[in-house]
Amino acid sequence: MSRVKTVSFIVGGLLVALLLAGVVSNYASSSPDGLDSAARRGCTTDESGQITGGTCMAQSEKEHEVGGPLAEYGVSGVDNEFLSTGLSGVIGVLITFAVGAGLFWLVRKRRPDRQPTKVDAER
Amino acid sequence: MKGLAMHIANGIVNLPVSLAFAALAAIALTICVIRARQDLDDRLAPMAGLVAAFIFAVQMINYPVLPGVSGHLLGGALAVILVGPWVGALCVSVVLIVQSLVISDGGLSALGLNITNMALIGTAAGYLLVALLLRVVPRTNAGLGITAFTASVVSVVLASQGFILQYWLGGEIELKASLAEAAGWMAGVHTLIGVGEGIITAVTVLAVAKVRPDLVYALRGLRRAPTPSTVESAV
Repeated sequence: MSRVKTVSFIVGGLLVALLLAGVVSNYASSSPDGLDSAARRGCTTDESGQITGGTCMAQSEKEHEVGGPLAEYGVSGVDNEFLSTGLSGVIGVLITFAVGAGLFWLVRKRRPDRQPTKVDAER
Repeated sequence: MKGLAMHIANGIVNLPVSLAFAALAAIALTICVIRARQDLDDRLAPMAGLVAAFIFAVQMINYPVLPGVSGHLLGGALAVILVGPWVGALCVSVVLIVQSLVISDGGLSALGLNITNMALIGTAAGYLLVALLLRVVPRTNAGLGITAFTASVVSVVLASQGFILQYWLGGEIELKASLAEAAGWMAGVHTLIGVGEGIITAVTVLAVAKVRPDLVYALRGLRRAPTPSTVESAV
């Protein structure tokens, strides 16, 4: 049966994710998303999206605690915006996969029938 | 993309309510870990890592839904269809934790709020609907696609209302317009976002189902039932 092997499937899927986060992400809409648009309702904003007046949820927004070199989907020090966004996406995908697969591998169930039996041990 | 954030930032909902939701999320995720152990085997563990990485990637791709308003996939319905409810909730949580810690997307103090909306409400709603719909739709690609689409739309709209509940409990700014108006706006915009998410989810699930149907968790339970078609395929 010509079934795609699990390893090939995972690698193929990761390549698709890397392509999406590394390249396609640059063609994403830069308008506020659904939540952000709701948070800005009631306020007026200027061309760069800064709040200029009114009353809205976003006015009480505070800085993020961590920041860091990959903050807000860019790599600090990389001036080219395309590269900066793409690189942050690629690094983010790899970190997410490593953390996710690592954690899930640690808590996975080891099947009793797959565990070494006496027969295996005697071999 | 630079400068954009997609999730609830710090300071929007007050600290006591944020911490209460963090506690709720911690308890729920502990239960998820315990239940996920039953599902996670050597095959599902790397698949779940891939699902998390894929959701991270697709969340970066905002698509326009109204003039000046965009949206992106949340991933709850996709995760539960591919890896089940417990592992699925953990997948979306991993994405949100990485985004908050590494990308500064979504405040650290708001992590419990974001996890509750997207990883708990979004996945629970998505899974309940998937479990229900897969029993009534025809067992065809169209049936699976319709299920994925519908579960996505409902999951996204309900997740968006989680934020309204949180703002009602602990919103920092007293709005001039009523919160009901905000709820209506959130529901409307997220219905449109849900349509986009539904298409992405349906296409992704159908692609996986074509290549490796055994890796689609939602189809596994069905195959266990002794129907004539599964007996044939087993032979």
